[in-house]
Amino acid sequence: MARVKTEKTRKIPITMKEMKKQSFLMIVSFCMVVYGIIFYYWPLTGWIMAFQNYKPKKGLLGSKFVGLDKFRFLFEDDVFIKVIRNTFAMGVINLVSTTIMAVLFAIILNEVRRTWIKKPIQTISYLPHFLSWIVVTGILHVSLSPTGIVNDVLMRMGFIKQAINFFAHPKYFWWIVAFANCWKETGFNAIIYFAAITGIDPSLYEAASIDGADRLQKIRYITLPGIKPTFLILLLMNVGNVLNAGFEVQYLLGNGLVQSVSQTIDIYVLKWGISQNDYSLGTAAGLFKSVVSILLIVLANGLAKRYSEERLF
Amino acid sequence: MNEKEYKVSKPISDKIFGVIVVIFLASFVIITLYPVINTVALSFNDGIDAVRGGIYLWPRKFSMKNYKTVFAMQNIWTGAKVTVARTVLATLTSLFANALLAFVVSRKRFLFKSQLSLFWVITMYVNGGMIPVFLLYKNLGLTGTFNVYWVPGMISAFNMLVMRTYMEGIPESLEESAQLDGAGYFTIFKDIISPLRKPVYATVALFIAVWQWNSWFDAMLYNRMKTQYTTLQYELMKLLSSVMQQSGSAENAKNAGGNTITPITIRAAVTVATMLPIVCLYPFLQRYFVTGLTIGGVKE
Repeated sequence: MARVKTEKTRKIPITMKEMKKQSFLMIVSFCMVVYGIIFYYWPLTGWIMAFQNYKPKKGLLGSKFVGLDKFRFLFEDDVFIKVIRNTFAMGVINLVSTTIMAVLFAIILNEVRRTWIKKPIQTISYLPHFLSWIVVTGILHVSLSPTGIVNDVLMRMGFIKQAINFFAHPKYFWWIVAFANCWKETGFNAIIYFAAITGIDPSLYEAASIDGADRLQKIRYITLPGIKPTFLILLLMNVGNVLNAGFEVQYLLGNGLVQSVSQTIDIYVLKWGISQNDYSLGTAAGLFKSVVSILLIVLANGLAKRYSEERLF
Repeated sequence: MNEKEYKVSKPISDKIFGVIVVIFLASFVIITLYPVINTVALSFNDGIDAVRGGIYLWPRKFSMKNYKTVFAMQNIWTGAKVTVARTVLATLTSLFANALLAFVVSRKRFLFKSQLSLFWVITMYVNGGMIPVFLLYKNLGLTGTFNVYWVPGMISAFNMLVMRTYMEGIPESLEESAQLDGAGYFTIFKDIISPLRKPVYATVALFIAVWQWNSWFDAMLYNRMKTQYTTLQYELMKLLSSVMQQSGSAENAKNAGGNTITPITIRAAVTVATMLPIVCLYPFLQRYFVTGLTIGGVKE
């Protein structure tokens, strides 16, 4: 039932006149809700497939229920266990490294006083965000190839004697992915921290200068505490996305040699669900991911409620 | 303590810190720009010459042949046309739909305001996942068509929330006085709210356009067999992965029959062609996405 909203002691009564006045709003809402049900809520019924041996010919109602068989298969599959590990590991590494880089970049750029230096650097820093992952991974392949710039520099500086084929060794993969994410998003993610720093009261810095604080101390005692709320909100918001942060890069950078560390849940879903046509197994893996994501969000929201005044939703 | 005294006693640690700032930012700029410039240099270089390596910021043996080859490729043209079409169409429809929804949700008098908000916020956190969505599009007859690019993602709760935050900032009295003059809600949306909120429209339009321009996964998943609906990014991806297998050796280049183009340089040329429009545009739209992100990001 529609709640009557109280607002500044003024009530909006549900009268025919009010309903008629709002008819445009109602019609639009109705269309939007229909659209939302079709494209966002209807797919949720597909979760049933995870508990079935789904056959497209028989449909959702005619397929045989198999209980938790698909999940049992998943958790007995060594590949899937590795896939979960990879997804978590890369999600966490990416979240930590991109956050640190964004904060670091925002703080350091903020130390530059001259606008004609600051502005161009900012503009350059946004550039990679606008490139597609196809382009970014393509560039990365060239740079990290045995004849690429990274090997070139490392050999000239004497760190290595022979060129390393970075994409052939599993031990490099997670870090390459982390680097790719940092390269692409540092400047863009820093925007919000930059805004937070700009919002800090300048008199705090002046007072600190008078007390003889150097720049590092000002960062330590004024800037960092100043951006802490923003930092916490973003961190908690992104915790729910940890499992989502693993598809495009891994799909594009991965190859047979590093398969054991590059496959993520989404790639697994794609491989089983779409390529092998095992819709039920793919859905089960996807459902597992969704449930864990929701749990993470609820957990993050609870933590946020407990440790600060900020909440996510 | 006066100003002069403070300046004299500027601590040595500040000078060291200043050096660190310069080094950090210089490396940041180099690491960000170098790969991009290198790709541009490669794309203008002669193919066989490029296989020798050692091209950094400037082409060694200048050639336009890579671009000539790329622009003679039919699939690149098809991809470019589809990409432009989907970007334009999706930006217009999606912007309109999100703005209208944000408008409805931000009307303080609207009876179902909070329920409608909740309905959309939930979609941000819960979704069916790849397989159910794939089957839905298949059942709706969207796979294998151009419509799959712009119909399903038309409304996004995130973009709607960004716009809502802005629309809520408009004083209610404006709306009320318009209503006294007999204006309906659509007139208020079209003639009062929208003109006042052009910056956020630009922000969201940019987000949608970039997303559309850079999409490749939907082309691969839903339109793999329909070459007439391929996109630029997907064509680039196919080119890159086929090149990866050949690993761009000089041997291949020679086998190509005295042709002076090689996978390395072709790949670079397509990459440059794909990223050029966005790279040229984004600096001018900077202030829009910066404000859009700072206000939309720190929500409530």
